Amino acid sequence: MKTIPHIKTQVLIIGGGITGTGLARDLALRGVRCVLVEARDINAGASGGNHGLLHSGARYAVTDPVAAGSCCKEGELLKRLAPHCIETTGGYFVAVAGDDEDYIDDFERSCRQIGIISEPLDVKEALEIEPSLSPDIIAAYRVNDATIDPFRLSLDNIAHARELGTTLLRFHRVVGFDRQAGRIQKTCLTDTRNGGNTTVDAQIVVNATGAWAARVAALADVTINTICSKGSLLVTHTRITDGVINRLRRPGDADILVPGGTVSILGTTAERVDNPDVIFPEIHEIDHIINECSVMVPALVSTRCIRAFCGVRPLIDSGGGDDDRSASRGFMLLDHLEAGVDNFITITGGKLTTYRLMAEKTADLVCRRLGVGIPCTTHMVPLPNAEDVRWTEPGLSPRTWIARQEPDDLLLCECEMVSRRIVDDIVTSIRRQKGEPDLSAIGLRSRVGKGQCQGTICSQQLTAYLYRQHQIAAREGSDQLRRFLQERWRGQYPLLWDIPLVQAELQEAIYCGLFGLELDQEGT
Amino acid sequence: MNNHTVNEHIQCRLMVIGAGMAGMAATLFAANRQIDTVQVGVTGEINFASGLLDLLAVHPIPSGTLWDNPREAVRRLVREAPDHPYARLTMDRIESALEEFTSFLKKVGHPYYFHSGRNSQVLTAVGTAKTTYAVPLSMHNGSIAYKKRLPCLLVDFEGLKGFSGRQIAETMKRQWPALRHVSLGFPDVSGEAYTEHMARALETESIRAQLADAVRPYLKGVEMVGLPAILGIYRTRDIIAFLEDALGLPVFEIPGIPPSITGLRLREVFEDQLPHRGVRTFYQKRVLSAHIQKNGSFLFAVGGGEPEVRITADAVILATGRFFGKGLTADHREIREALFDLPVFQPDCRGQWHRRAFLNPGGHPINQCGLETDEQFRPLSLEKKPVHHHLYAAGSILAHQDWIRQKCGSGLAIATAHAAVAAFERATDNEIDASATG
Ligand SMILES: Cc1cc2nc3c(=O)[nH]c(=O)nc-3n(C[C@H](O)[C@H](O)[C@H](O)COP(=O)(O)OP(=O)(O)OC[C@H]3O[C@@H](n4cnc5c(N)ncnc54)[C@H](O)[C@@H]3O)c2cc1C
Ligand SMILES: Cc1cc2nc3c(=O)[nH]c(=O)nc-3n(C[C@H](O)[C@H](O)[C@H](O)COP(=O)(O)OP(=O)(O)OC[C@H]3O[C@@H](n4cnc5c(N)ncnc54)[C@H](O)[C@@H]3O)c2cc1C
Repeated sequence: MKTIPHIKTQVLIIGGGITGTGLARDLALRGVRCVLVEARDINAGASGGNHGLLHSGARYAVTDPVAAGSCCKEGELLKRLAPHCIETTGGYFVAVAGDDEDYIDDFERSCRQIGIISEPLDVKEALEIEPSLSPDIIAAYRVNDATIDPFRLSLDNIAHARELGTTLLRFHRVVGFDRQAGRIQKTCLTDTRNGGNTTVDAQIVVNATGAWAARVAALADVTINTICSKGSLLVTHTRITDGVINRLRRPGDADILVPGGTVSILGTTAERVDNPDVIFPEIHEIDHIINECSVMVPALVSTRCIRAFCGVRPLIDSGGGDDDRSASRGFMLLDHLEAGVDNFITITGGKLTTYRLMAEKTADLVCRRLGVGIPCTTHMVPLPNAEDVRWTEPGLSPRTWIARQEPDDLLLCECEMVSRRIVDDIVTSIRRQKGEPDLSAIGLRSRVGKGQCQGTICSQQLTAYLYRQHQIAAREGSDQLRRFLQERWRGQYPLLWDIPLVQAELQEAIYCGLFGLELDQEGT
Repeated sequence: MNNHTVNEHIQCRLMVIGAGMAGMAATLFAANRQIDTVQVGVTGEINFASGLLDLLAVHPIPSGTLWDNPREAVRRLVREAPDHPYARLTMDRIESALEEFTSFLKKVGHPYYFHSGRNSQVLTAVGTAKTTYAVPLSMHNGSIAYKKRLPCLLVDFEGLKGFSGRQIAETMKRQWPALRHVSLGFPDVSGEAYTEHMARALETESIRAQLADAVRPYLKGVEMVGLPAILGIYRTRDIIAFLEDALGLPVFEIPGIPPSITGLRLREVFEDQLPHRGVRTFYQKRVLSAHIQKNGSFLFAVGGGEPEVRITADAVILATGRFFGKGLTADHREIREALFDLPVFQPDCRGQWHRRAFLNPGGHPINQCGLETDEQFRPLSLEKKPVHHHLYAAGSILAHQDWIRQKCGSGLAIATAHAAVAAFERATDNEIDASATG
């Protein structure tokens, strides 16, 4: 019999989104030994499929004052502690003719009560600041919204945690628990790449799997009531506004426009899904987003969109009927003692904006259990800017490439100006973290394939380069190409009309028409 | 040839719109028949073609079944998919079209090879074996090498992106273990190497010689040498002969991602040759508007951006391609034909255009959209009548085919172009007969 590898640790964190990585850093700063396991890659879940809005809290001021208050406080804190992940764009709330005017009054009052800054603007002034706003707006407020790079944030959190001793296992899925005598004795992991098994023996197990939390808890026979609510988002070809634009109304579909580097992101929708693993941005959602957002910004009707994506929020099932928009944006910290397991904790819900607070509260509970008396410091210790992860920032690659001007440093992705040197940096950092530098991992850590050609040219240029550098062997490259193209396709297929459709046809002509990649699954 | 004065008015019998494979073929066939022809089209798209001439390799699409004998494949396809454009053609027509097309290319120095009527395989830059029908001279040895799994050296170049000999060798390793590879600097190039620049450089003998010298030390134990498709634009035959002589081994090209020299080669041949055959050509110009006049003839405005020339024609072959060629356009609701707003056969709604998996084995339904025609390749109105007695369509704009998945792109373009020209010729003869007797 083969022996199964076995890991011992103080705390096992399940889930490599912002909540899990934030928690790992918090605990590591308190000297607690952790293993973080993630079924896919960092930010494979909602943390990689969100709007990237660092909420000022104004959006929830009327409907969810508690969540609004935490967003407000946490947002300001992060601006100080993680400025390199944040662009302080400022934001606006605008109402258009026909919107509920009572809500405008409620909005102003609620913001004041909670202490959220919201400054009324006159319409003319608002149109001067953001000329692409509709001339039909009837009210406008300025708020302290900002934008945040969620990849950078999670990657920086995990990088710092690892520096402090945390172990990260990517591509390891929790598939079961050995629950005996009121405790989780062992957690069973499967390596999603090769099927290998590992077990973890942890004093405390924290379930930070977001929308998957109920599924993971069920593996330990623990029931959690959450609803999975999918939201889709749309990326435009250019940046439409300088600041964040919110619709001044009860939170609803397609009422936020968030700038991000050189693009803007529109969204979102809310649709219940049964299985958070099988989600796609759907065509009707995309059309709906464009229609609704163009009420605030009319030019969107004819703006080219380059990509759609989606994520799943876990919402607390308060039995509130079908309107998932009214479900709380607060978080859920559950100690499963009541369910008869005394070393199992779930943290889910909440927002990206409040991740630090969620991590703090969870780590407090974990430390109480472990008898660790060291207090939280994440509200004081700035988040280190890990060199390794900076290539996700739009605009950074081009600037660096131009500044370096090395004649032999060729661009592998022309649209986003990702060069060989940058890819080398990323490969080295992935290797250092004992990962495999495949196309998808490089895609996650850079802007490769995110430009106009949507990966048509750069995916093969990158593959050929990785082969030359001996980073890929055997037939892996074809599999990686297929996977990478599919990941890009997921975001393209609802947007394929006009120019993107032309691009997609060329892509298929090359990869299927000429290369026959759809046929050659196992060689002929 | 493009030096006509502004607002000149030109008349012709036949107007070919499009300078892709279908447009070039139609124009060639018309010229061969002494038909008074004008051709208009931007020759950008043909630059992307691999130079391989597919006839038919896959049927049915979902199973991905590959055929060794393309004639049998066509026979089966026609039986099982009677709307496919091939179903409007006889096997004789397809063969004589390909024969006429390739014998022209042979005459002007670009011979194609047919493997005794069978499909053959060509190695690609991603390490797959692509099934095709007629193979240009530069790739011919490669298909022999693949068939016999000969020991070959694959050469790539430092500054040339998207092409790695190691990628091909590693990917093919299990079925073709005898592949070796080496990375070399390209003579006189530091930094980025561009295929077109390399191809032009190889037109000069000294660069050829330097390349041969660079490759020579790595030939031990190999029987052929494979290179990216960079072996010249105009003198490919000479360059290959030179290298084979200098290396003492056969060499071949491997098609890769665009921009591809193989496409550029075809473009240059046609752009150079068609005007010599009496065709008035307007390359890099577009048809900006099209009208059917009261007397039944066509009137076109043609130009770069602004109208520069007016052209009247008795007949038209529309070979404007699909979305990439710009023959079809789509907004977020529907697909339209760009010039005449002809009815386009298409799925009911955008939700049905594409599948969620890029490589979905069944292919994307949008690829089957396009123009429906009668037996003479005349596009049909909503009432299923020819829109005009002398409006023909050829190439990828036709409905009920998926050239990308069926691997029938060039074959379909050439054969339908042949059929459209023949239909026009036949109709003209009948008109003459009718006026003679009437
Ligand atoms: C459409 C949308 C827009 C949003 N916009 C914003 C916004 O603008 N601002 C904001 O502040 N918040 C926003 N949010 C909320 C925010 O994205 C989430 O609150 C946050 O990302 C949740 O992070 P998480 O780590 O808890 O969950 P996730 O990021 O979902 O992470 C859970 C991880 O667990 C892993 N996992 C699942 N099962 C297992 C298993 N069995 N074993 C191992 N690992 C497993 C998954 O792969 C996943 O990576 C948005 C959410 C959505 C859906
Ligand atoms: C990446 C790629 C790989 C390929 N690989 C293969 C292969 O391996 N084997 C193979 O057999 N074939 C291959 N092909 C070629 C393919 O077969 C042909 O491109 C296809 O059949 C379409 O040919 P077409 O002439 O109908 O259309 P296109 O090639 O799209 O040509 C349309 C032409 O119409 C012109 N046009 C459109 N609108 C106007 C207008 N208003 N006025 C004037 N001109 C206009 C365009 O400028 C263009 O010249 C490949 C093509 C591509 C793009």
